[in-house]
Amino acid sequence: MDIQAWTFLIVGLSFALYIGIAIWSRAGSTHEFYVAGGGVSPLANGMATAADWMSAASFISMAGLISFMGRDGAVYLMGWTGGYVLLALLLAPYLRKFGKFTVPAFVGDRYYSHTARMVAVVCALFISFTYVAGQMRGVGIVFSRFLGVDIETGVIVGMIIVFLYAVMGGMKGITYTQVAQYCVLIFAYMVPAIFISIMLTDQVVPQIGFGSAGLLDKLDGLSTELGFAAYTVGQKAWIDVFCITAALMVGTAGLPHVIVRFFTVPKVRDARMSAGYALLFIAVLYTTAPAVAAFARTNLIQTVSGMTYSEAPGWFTNWETTGLIKFDDKNADGVVQYTGSNETNELSIDRDIMVLANPEIANLPAWVVGLIAAGGLAAALSTAAGLLLVISTSVSHDLVKGVLNPKISDKKELQIARIAAGGAVILAGYFGVNPPGFVAQTVAFAFGLAAASFFPAIVMGIFSKRMNAEGAISGMIAGVVFTAGYIAWFTYLSPETNNPDGWWFGISPEGIGTVGMLVNVTVSILVSSRTPAPEKEIQEMVEMIRVPK
Amino acid sequence: MQEKQVQATAYWRKNLLYLSILLGIWFLVSFGAGILFVDWLDQYQFFGFKLGFWFAQQGSIYAFVILIFVYVGLMNRLDREFDLREE
Repeated sequence: MDIQAWTFLIVGLSFALYIGIAIWSRAGSTHEFYVAGGGVSPLANGMATAADWMSAASFISMAGLISFMGRDGAVYLMGWTGGYVLLALLLAPYLRKFGKFTVPAFVGDRYYSHTARMVAVVCALFISFTYVAGQMRGVGIVFSRFLGVDIETGVIVGMIIVFLYAVMGGMKGITYTQVAQYCVLIFAYMVPAIFISIMLTDQVVPQIGFGSAGLLDKLDGLSTELGFAAYTVGQKAWIDVFCITAALMVGTAGLPHVIVRFFTVPKVRDARMSAGYALLFIAVLYTTAPAVAAFARTNLIQTVSGMTYSEAPGWFTNWETTGLIKFDDKNADGVVQYTGSNETNELSIDRDIMVLANPEIANLPAWVVGLIAAGGLAAALSTAAGLLLVISTSVSHDLVKGVLNPKISDKKELQIARIAAGGAVILAGYFGVNPPGFVAQTVAFAFGLAAASFFPAIVMGIFSKRMNAEGAISGMIAGVVFTAGYIAWFTYLSPETNNPDGWWFGISPEGIGTVGMLVNVTVSILVSSRTPAPEKEIQEMVEMIRVPK
Repeated sequence: MQEKQVQATAYWRKNLLYLSILLGIWFLVSFGAGILFVDWLDQYQFFGFKLGFWFAQQGSIYAFVILIFVYVGLMNRLDREFDLREE
């Protein structure tokens, strides 16, 4: 069988599995639709959280990004895992004890204010839409590259699948599909990584192979020889690395689709435990990714540097037709010069290729390539579904039930939740087909905003009984305005100054969420110290969520 | 009721103590070893890696996983000690 046949077979089987689960796990009440009835085991929730969290970006783009960034790629590795420590220690157990369905509901109740709840809803919707558009785009791209259908068809197929299990099953359907999707994506990620580790270093475990056989020294040598920076040496200023890492960590802990997963387990101690499982499952991929990055970089340099173009392997010309590899024979000698200097370099490579083409570059069997497609789709669909649920609950539970029509019946609310989920799928699909120009740049937005809005508001709401509505609302608004303003300034208003000399204290827009969080905390404390303390019932509520029973 | 209050406060204090120790380690392995002292640590070799590089791309993540499970263990013990374990 050729690559395409294998891909159709594996992707088809995985989709059949997801649909099967969707039919088996229909939600009958809002309790099931929002939090899967609150009866998910910590292990299953850990897997579901891992799939929920690891998106198309983690699966497809991250290793490629790292392979071009070298040591500085650690900002993603630490940033997207370290947040789980914050989540497990500072948020998950208390929010589980609080026992409501959504993050804005906590913000609204803790700060006894519809305004606070609405600020939280707006942030949740903005973060989720930004993110989900990227996932649908990822689905479309995987379809178009591996299955030869156009991006539109790919997005529509993806929409139908997500629609089936997210709209019918709600959180219940999503949870159990995510468990299956985690298994698919981690298998798809590990198989080629192990193959390549054995090929390059004779080590089965990529995390060990990465350090053996002098691989990193060789890679440093190859890189500097061609005029690139040494792989294991950092290029970014420490303060920027520090701030980006912190913003990604805090942002991770503040993302509503991740937090809401901890509402689905039965007990407080299950919430703590499932955060541990979640990070364990995430760490399997996140400790493999830097190994894949180094392997792929070594393989790539060894294969293409100094290669005669007419003898290029099949994958090279295949990816050239997609425009993701570009070869420009500047000195017309028919040989690929791949160097770190703009004048002599003849090759440009899209970073996404590093994972997608890795099996082909390493000459792995066709079924492995098919696996990559199924894994990429699992990663994108699982994250999209989690985000769609946040969008739908924000509308039906926070907006309609919380503010517009509190007396609504459970059945009616469930109906609205389904309609909202359906509407969100269609809107996400539209953005997937016609991506607004801002999507790529707004990943920084999503994390920066989560870091500067939710995270401090929730943490202060748990750890300070004194924090009041005035403080939290003004803090969230100040944090968001500051962060959004800084990012907008450097991406739209003054892009020519978007470089380390133009940034404040050398902090890039990617890392500014860290400062935004500090702005939020400072403003919150100042304002709350000049306004009355919250009512006694609120203080008692805080005491109640601090203990498991 | 009073007794319960006192218990809850003691439980919370202990929790805060655990949090500050664990988050201190969290900061040291990531922001410390992986960012602030990474170049200095790179002079040491560790299983074929430069030590700072290993912390930045591997070690910090392992430490995060361990930290959460240690926290889970400590808190489960604390829940029992204060009779706050949910049935």
